[in-house]
Amino acid sequence: MFQGGAIAVTGGLGWSYLLTQQAKAAAFAIRPPGALAEKDFNATCIKCGQCVVACPYDTLKLASAGEAAPIGTPFYIPRDIPCYMCPDIPCMEACPTGALDHGLEKIEDSRMGLAVIDIENCLSWKGLRCEVCYRECPVKDTAITVEKHPRLISKHAMFVPIVHSNACTGCGICEKACPTEEAAIRVVEPKLVQGKIGEHYRLGWTIDTEVTQEFKPHPRYKRITPEAPKTAPGMDYLNEGDL
Amino acid sequence: MGVTRRDFIKSSIAATTAATVGLPLSQAALAKTSEAEAGWQWDKAVCRFCGTGCGIMVATKDGKITATKGDPDAPVNRGLNCIKGYFNGKIMYGKDRLTQPLLRMTNGKFDKKGKFQPVSWDKAFDEMEKQAKKALKEKGPTGVAIFGSGQYTIPEGYVAAKFMKAGLRSNNIDPNARHCMASAVAAFIQTFGIDEPAGNYDDIEYTDTAVLWGANMAEMHPILWARIVDRRLSHDKMKIVNLSTYSNMSSDMADSEIIFSPSGDLAIQNYIAREIIKRDAVNMDYVKEHTVFATGPYDIGYGMRATDKYAYDEEKDTQAKQLKVKLNKYEAIGQRKKEGEVVEQKNAKTAGKHWMISFEDFKKGVEPYTLDYTAEVAKGDPDEDIESFKKKLVQLADYYADPKRKVVSFWTMGFNQHQRGTWVNEQAYMNHLLTGKQCMPGNGAFSLTGQPSACGTAREVGTFAHRLPADLVVFNKKHRDFSENIWKIPTGTINPKVGSHIVKIMRDLEDGKVKFAWVQVNNPFQATANSNHWITAAREMDNFIVCSDGYPGISAKVADLILPAAMIYEKWGMYGNAERRTQVWREQVPPPGEAMGDVWQVLEFSKRFKLKEVWGEQPVPGLKAEGFKDGKLPDIMPAAIKMGYKPDDTLYDVLFATAEQKKKFPWPDPKVAKGHANHIADRLGDGWFPEKALFEEYAIFGRGHAHDLAQFDKYYEDDVRGLKWPYVNGKETQWRFNADYDPYVKKGKFEYYGKALKKLPSGDLDKITNKEKTSLAGKAKIFFRPYAAPVEQPDSNYPFWLVTGRVLEHWHSGTMTRRVPELHRAVPAAQVFMHPKDAEKQKLKRNDLVWVSSRRGKIKARIETQGRNRMPRGSIFVPWFDEGVFINKLTLDSTCPISKETDYKKCAVKVVKV
Repeated sequence: MFQGGAIAVTGGLGWSYLLTQQAKAAAFAIRPPGALAEKDFNATCIKCGQCVVACPYDTLKLASAGEAAPIGTPFYIPRDIPCYMCPDIPCMEACPTGALDHGLEKIEDSRMGLAVIDIENCLSWKGLRCEVCYRECPVKDTAITVEKHPRLISKHAMFVPIVHSNACTGCGICEKACPTEEAAIRVVEPKLVQGKIGEHYRLGWTIDTEVTQEFKPHPRYKRITPEAPKTAPGMDYLNEGDL
Repeated sequence: MGVTRRDFIKSSIAATTAATVGLPLSQAALAKTSEAEAGWQWDKAVCRFCGTGCGIMVATKDGKITATKGDPDAPVNRGLNCIKGYFNGKIMYGKDRLTQPLLRMTNGKFDKKGKFQPVSWDKAFDEMEKQAKKALKEKGPTGVAIFGSGQYTIPEGYVAAKFMKAGLRSNNIDPNARHCMASAVAAFIQTFGIDEPAGNYDDIEYTDTAVLWGANMAEMHPILWARIVDRRLSHDKMKIVNLSTYSNMSSDMADSEIIFSPSGDLAIQNYIAREIIKRDAVNMDYVKEHTVFATGPYDIGYGMRATDKYAYDEEKDTQAKQLKVKLNKYEAIGQRKKEGEVVEQKNAKTAGKHWMISFEDFKKGVEPYTLDYTAEVAKGDPDEDIESFKKKLVQLADYYADPKRKVVSFWTMGFNQHQRGTWVNEQAYMNHLLTGKQCMPGNGAFSLTGQPSACGTAREVGTFAHRLPADLVVFNKKHRDFSENIWKIPTGTINPKVGSHIVKIMRDLEDGKVKFAWVQVNNPFQATANSNHWITAAREMDNFIVCSDGYPGISAKVADLILPAAMIYEKWGMYGNAERRTQVWREQVPPPGEAMGDVWQVLEFSKRFKLKEVWGEQPVPGLKAEGFKDGKLPDIMPAAIKMGYKPDDTLYDVLFATAEQKKKFPWPDPKVAKGHANHIADRLGDGWFPEKALFEEYAIFGRGHAHDLAQFDKYYEDDVRGLKWPYVNGKETQWRFNADYDPYVKKGKFEYYGKALKKLPSGDLDKITNKEKTSLAGKAKIFFRPYAAPVEQPDSNYPFWLVTGRVLEHWHSGTMTRRVPELHRAVPAAQVFMHPKDAEKQKLKRNDLVWVSSRRGKIKARIETQGRNRMPRGSIFVPWFDEGVFINKLTLDSTCPISKETDYKKCAVKVVKV
């Protein structure tokens, strides 16, 4: 991080918003790797439980009444048992219907959810040398990195973990490992916490921004002549109302 | 005060949820929380874990610890803690805390094969007394032993050492610090004539370069690492170099990472020395004025057992190698010998001897360590390009050689747990002394320590088989006289023969030489290498093992009698950290059930021994010393009677609760105690303050001898956060041996005034040529030490190197940290860290269960190919905290022959899928 000078693409995501919205939002169940989008998943999953049987860590369970997912569908609770990201993805292999999409080749490409850090209760964000989530992350250095900052009030550096949504699989090992009383890093539904930068704008200062001084010759564009409008644009404003 | 318990719970819940959802807390809710906390009593204390020595504050209410926090006034950590330190308040409250003595019994009587059953303290001591006296009668003082600790408080270490050395006249007390710091100690004594670092942690904020040699500070010294990283972020010139045999968390902030082969560090250090000379970067004035050159024999063996009587068949080939070594190509070049030459290891028992050599000879010694040679022998990652490796070596030499660049070298277990541990420590000093970069702010070779009081207790108090307090040693008559005088015991009480070091105590159990052993504040049966042997010896042979502990670990399970011990804040205590800082705490809460502090356990046991039982003539096999009959300790009873002692006086009366001590250090002591209890003084009930009396007596040894400690009461003053010795005229010493800071320097800008081993014969690189000893008072030694390969190396049967170590989340054998549910959840089991290609080659996937086995034992664990430690091909790492992955069944009990410290970093294993 320091040497590469990379700047985190995704900052520490706060999840206060999620909690205040929780009552309104539909319950979010963390599905096994390769799960189709929730609607398609529920339509395709035949509740056979093969994935649950195939999981070597007893991570997966089938939902019963009142749980976050429709009855009989597989899900897991990372704080109890996270997904340990088997390289051969046995749960997916066991799925007879493709509700767990067999197109998933590498477990690192799965997206079960997104880990977010409560920066108000994260020990590392307070300056303690914790960073357990970082060390335990199976895709550490891409999904979670640690940024070092001066602490300013003493001659100790801060080691601040940051989650990167482009690499986080949502396995939940960080949530399981987090040593605070309530986990200060949790796997949530990405759309509840992720914003989106407008398509019309690109960041001009990140390390992966393409910097070019080669302004290539450009094809000449023809002027687009619109059909003659019935009324010229702006006339309403110009002609009506008082000054 | 108007806040009921319910109100408090309600307000603290409000605090949690409010913070979670990011709403501001109402002033009223905040006030309610602080009103509830107002009933808490805060006091200063020290972290239980590593040698960094962070200050913490402890809050108590109604006999329970309610919270802890990092001490904002502590200069070491300024309010911060690592994740272990964060859980100090929870380590005492595990579900299986030992609360009563437990004895193996059948039908109400001790039975070695019986099951543990609760007994009273009286019954426990009765059995202990019977067994210890049986062992003493059968074997003499060498038949008993104590496994001591670098986690002893200062009074605990002192009481145990004095009980053994002055009372039972046995030197068989040795701490687990032998496994941790002994090589550092041996090198300090050989190089400077006095133990412990010259510098202090402030070096970090003054330096331009931190070179880590086998020290993964990011995980093992987390708070110091935060200071190093801060320096890196705030000082443009600052560079970090991480030398290790695998890539670890410290590499993440390093400007250069040098992965070297096992024992390749010996060659790299010599390469740097050679470069310093070639570049004319030797600080000649400094070298002439403050140093001499020295060397010693190369054929020193590997510290393994001399006999293969007990060896498993599989072990015999490694064992044979340690007696006769066939030099490989690199050893031959580095030692100026012929490849294939068979060298009998004749100096195994005289490994520590050394002599002065000339600068010319020193130059000849390092001459073979060219860049090409060094890169070839030391490159540790088979996938790294040799040219890139060479570039990094050159850059490292640049850093040491540049007179304008300040350099601090840090090391811990990578150097200390090394078959040539003393050598490699000395090589670190070699390069700092050649350039004069030593004992100055930001310049120095800094040996970090692993345990909270490895310095403060194990080393300074001298709970080693050869030591007495304040760097004195049992084999020196003057030192014995001095100690006997302070202890007011007859001349000839102290046994002049060095006792068994901790590995040897284990071997003595197997040999049937030690019949009674007491484990205190450590877990040696999990911590000692090649443990299958020692566990079998303890369980199957006729002996009696006592284990004092807070929790049941492997050593408790191995024992015959378990004594429940008070833990950290349940007793008064003092620790000394790696920068010579002595720090203290008061008893904060009472121990649970019948658990009692270790000081009390030793004192109470000492009441069981009458002078006439231990101070008569005693056999000590092999004892040979001036003024002693061969094989005998003299009868000192007549002299004792002349001193006014009676044959029926107990060791407690004579050594500890003397009239003078009781008068000088009464309990209660309201000025220091400030309302805090002392369960030990209360239980003894005879009106003295044992911890204070023991400390003040111990401090006499060092005052006026460059080990000056402050008064006991001084450390307890509210505004004191530990003091760095020597503490002279109300002032701490920041940098030793430097006239600007150290009052003991009498002559010149620097003076290495340590007194040990300061008269040497002289010779050339191979031998002594002039036996006449010359004094080198005031000077340090620059040693030439050659490259030597590890005794056991991977082969076709056992193709991998095994490296063991710690992880940030767990402390040592996990008896405390694995009782903290949060830490256990974070890192529940030890993993086998392995290179992904090595795994792939054996069709292994990440998380697969594997058997790891060596010539000595095997364990089962899951493999990790992409975690915190990234291994080069051909090497695996397994942490040792997890008794379920009992890695010390596999490790080799080879030690540095000088320091007797085990090498836990180099043995050969295979990995097979379960």
